[in-house]
Amino acid sequence: MIYLQIAANGLVLGGLYACIAVGFSLVWGVLNVINILHGTFIVLGSYIAYFAYVHAGIHPFASIVIAGGVLYALGHAIHAGIINRVIAAPVLITLTLTFGLDLILNNAMLVAFTADYRSINLARPLGTLEIGPVFLPGDRVAAMALALLLTILLWRLLRDSRIGRAIVAVRMDREAAALMGVDVKRINAITFGIGALMAGAAGALLSIIFPISPLNSATFLGKAFVVCVLGGLGSVPGAIIGGIVLGIVESFGSYWFGPEHAVTISFAILLVLLFARPRGLVGRRGYE
Amino acid sequence: MRSWIVLVVVTALTAALPLAGNNYLLRLATITCMYAVLAQSWNFIGGLAGYPSFATAAFFGLGAYVSAILQVHGLPSVAAWGCAGLIAMLFAAFIGGAILHLRGHYFAIATLVVAEMLREIVNTTPHFTGGGMGLNLPIMRMSVGAQAQFFLFAMLGLSFLCTATAILVQRSKLGFGLRCIQQNEDAANVLGINTYAYKTAAFSLSGVFVGMAGAIYANWTNYIDPPDVFDVLLAIKPLVMVMLGGLGTIFGPAIGALILIAFEEFVWRNFLTIHAAALGFIIVVLILFLPNGIVPLLRERVARRGASP
Repeated sequence: MIYLQIAANGLVLGGLYACIAVGFSLVWGVLNVINILHGTFIVLGSYIAYFAYVHAGIHPFASIVIAGGVLYALGHAIHAGIINRVIAAPVLITLTLTFGLDLILNNAMLVAFTADYRSINLARPLGTLEIGPVFLPGDRVAAMALALLLTILLWRLLRDSRIGRAIVAVRMDREAAALMGVDVKRINAITFGIGALMAGAAGALLSIIFPISPLNSATFLGKAFVVCVLGGLGSVPGAIIGGIVLGIVESFGSYWFGPEHAVTISFAILLVLLFARPRGLVGRRGYE
Repeated sequence: MRSWIVLVVVTALTAALPLAGNNYLLRLATITCMYAVLAQSWNFIGGLAGYPSFATAAFFGLGAYVSAILQVHGLPSVAAWGCAGLIAMLFAAFIGGAILHLRGHYFAIATLVVAEMLREIVNTTPHFTGGGMGLNLPIMRMSVGAQAQFFLFAMLGLSFLCTATAILVQRSKLGFGLRCIQQNEDAANVLGINTYAYKTAAFSLSGVFVGMAGAIYANWTNYIDPPDVFDVLLAIKPLVMVMLGGLGTIFGPAIGALILIAFEEFVWRNFLTIHAAALGFIIVVLILFLPNGIVPLLRERVARRGASP
């Protein structure tokens, strides 16, 4: 019975991981940029949700809209102003550039918000869900459901909207897309903005679960790495599968080896997978 | 030949520093030598072969811990430094064998994760490594001034060794092969270069000296803990220095180290709370406005001035 509980915990965690990683995966897949800023974007989303809750009483779930909007604007601006200038450069250049930007943004957050851990204590928590022998905290389940909903929304956006088709076209073939009349620069900035939006939304959801501090950004970034490699780059279903696999592996790993080894296990899996199957478990080309 | 003369002269001048300077100056010179080792080592894999490696922090931390643990168990310092270098090299060869078939982004992520994983392993084995509490090294029975000189000579010797290796490699078949790999790996393969062996050699070279630098650093500070020696900035700074000094050159990394140290000292003195942002700012400016580094820019200026009158 305990295994059922662990699996359920892993599933809940996995949904959130999928939401953390999907924006990172989109940016990597379409722009060919490893966005080191992603973890800091998530933390910024958490802070927005935190302050909205503390000062205005807005529920973190409602703050998704605020955090997503603010982060979209920030991401779009950063890309259009800075990253787009070197978008065609080799990975070393773009990765180092986002690393530098991350140092700046993270340091600014440390100065503005201090390194103190903060957390949101909801005035009216949703209580505990009881499904047969499994007990789950209601707020976590709701956060996971919203995370999956957002992820699926992104998938529909990419499949069905004009902008989405343009993004997929740029991912498949930049030159051909440009010849078909797609404004590649604009699509790049929009894609980066959407990646930041997903990070901000994920941050708002996570704010009710994890403590909030600028120091957490590296942890979130690490999760995004692992999910991306697990699920294969640049597919939304891949991110969902990768997230859920990581969540379940971490839950069982913590149970068997102790929670302090969860990170080591997930990174070890990443290295083994990169060695054996660099395209990921369900990796394939195209972002649909 | 010119490279050798420059190397010997600069090394001799640095070795004469204790005659003139105080301990603060010696400390700065020691860090500069350490940074030069990190940058020069990164240049083997990142500058010559063009592989975006972020594994410097992993080798540094590994060397520091191997040497510290050996010394806690009674091995003399210098022997422990040698073991640290050897283990860092073997580790690099082993990891390299597993991840050097990856290219671009996947390789970068794999190398970033290696350091994180080592850090977590150290954190979770406290009976062996001291865990998050860190590890104290045996105290050296030397005066403060003697210690400052001792560690300057140690780091200087290491950076001499590392730069000498770089000069030899750049002129050897290995260096030529690595440059071919950077330009077009598939073509290099077709021409009969064993790219896998060459890359593994470059990656091992980028590990051995960094491991020893970590080992000397551990003795120098007498205390190490995981966030310090596995700091991701240790993986970023080398490539910043190499970019500052110019990719793929022999003395570029050392010049980059000097520039970065001068900048860091300035920032640490005046704007302590935003030193990370200041480094980030340098990176952004460097990439957007000085993609070829400072040295080629200066050389161009000098050449133009020489031509105009």
